[in-house]
Amino acid sequence: MFNQFAFLYCASVIIGTALLAVRFKNPVYSVLSVLVLFFHMAGLYLLLNAEFLAAIQVIVYAGAVLVLYLFVLFLVNLRDEIKMDRFIKSPRLGAVASIGLGLCLLYIIPSFKLGAKGEYTVERITELTHTKAMGYELYSTYLLPFEVAGLILLIAVIGGLVLARTEEEEK
Amino acid sequence: MIPLSWYMALAAILFAIGTYGFLVRRNIIIMMLSIELMLNAVNINMVAMSHYLDSMRGHNFTLFIITVAAAEAAIGLGLIIVLFRNKKTVYVDHINELKG
Repeated sequence: MFNQFAFLYCASVIIGTALLAVRFKNPVYSVLSVLVLFFHMAGLYLLLNAEFLAAIQVIVYAGAVLVLYLFVLFLVNLRDEIKMDRFIKSPRLGAVASIGLGLCLLYIIPSFKLGAKGEYTVERITELTHTKAMGYELYSTYLLPFEVAGLILLIAVIGGLVLARTEEEEK
Repeated sequence: MIPLSWYMALAAILFAIGTYGFLVRRNIIIMMLSIELMLNAVNINMVAMSHYLDSMRGHNFTLFIITVAAAEAAIGLGLIIVLFRNKKTVYVDHINELKG
């Protein structure tokens, strides 16, 4: 009963802040409402017994990625954003397309059937702790993807440095 | 006990909202923020299905998705800074030089 109440609260806050984020005129408000959304997403992960992912969601998404967004938002010019139109010329088309997509996705949900169950039951995860269970799987089955993820982060660091650099010799 | 379909419905709605934001907004930063919303919708689906299937796969996949999203944000925002430095605009309908 409490779980359902918590889920409904988190879900309604997530949907509300997502709608606000795409509707707000001031982009800073959009980023801040997405921040609230990410915190409630972490709450959903806690409901699903994924406490490590909840921590990662708060640290990486809310702590790092959104701060990056805010910094870039402050670098670009905000003053004319308030006066200008925030939507493209034909927003109705986008609304129709996305509502259609959402209805299609909702329509096909009942036809989904769960496959074979794995070995990580809730009791096993609580016994191992979630971080340890994830680590076992990550460093055995998903070792190569883990290394590739590290490579992707390295490329992102180098790419960010190269892109944000100012050309000194052209002046 | 929360049914799995609730989580999937939430993910579908969040994904549709992200698509809406990506399609209608002019500001390229908000468009990237909408992409983050869509990635988060997928993350909800992954973790929920993984929980109901007694598996760890979805959790690890979510970790990789968060990694790739962080890299995407870093590179994309770097590109936006370069774009703003060269064109003085972040509106996608002002960037219309590539015409056939």
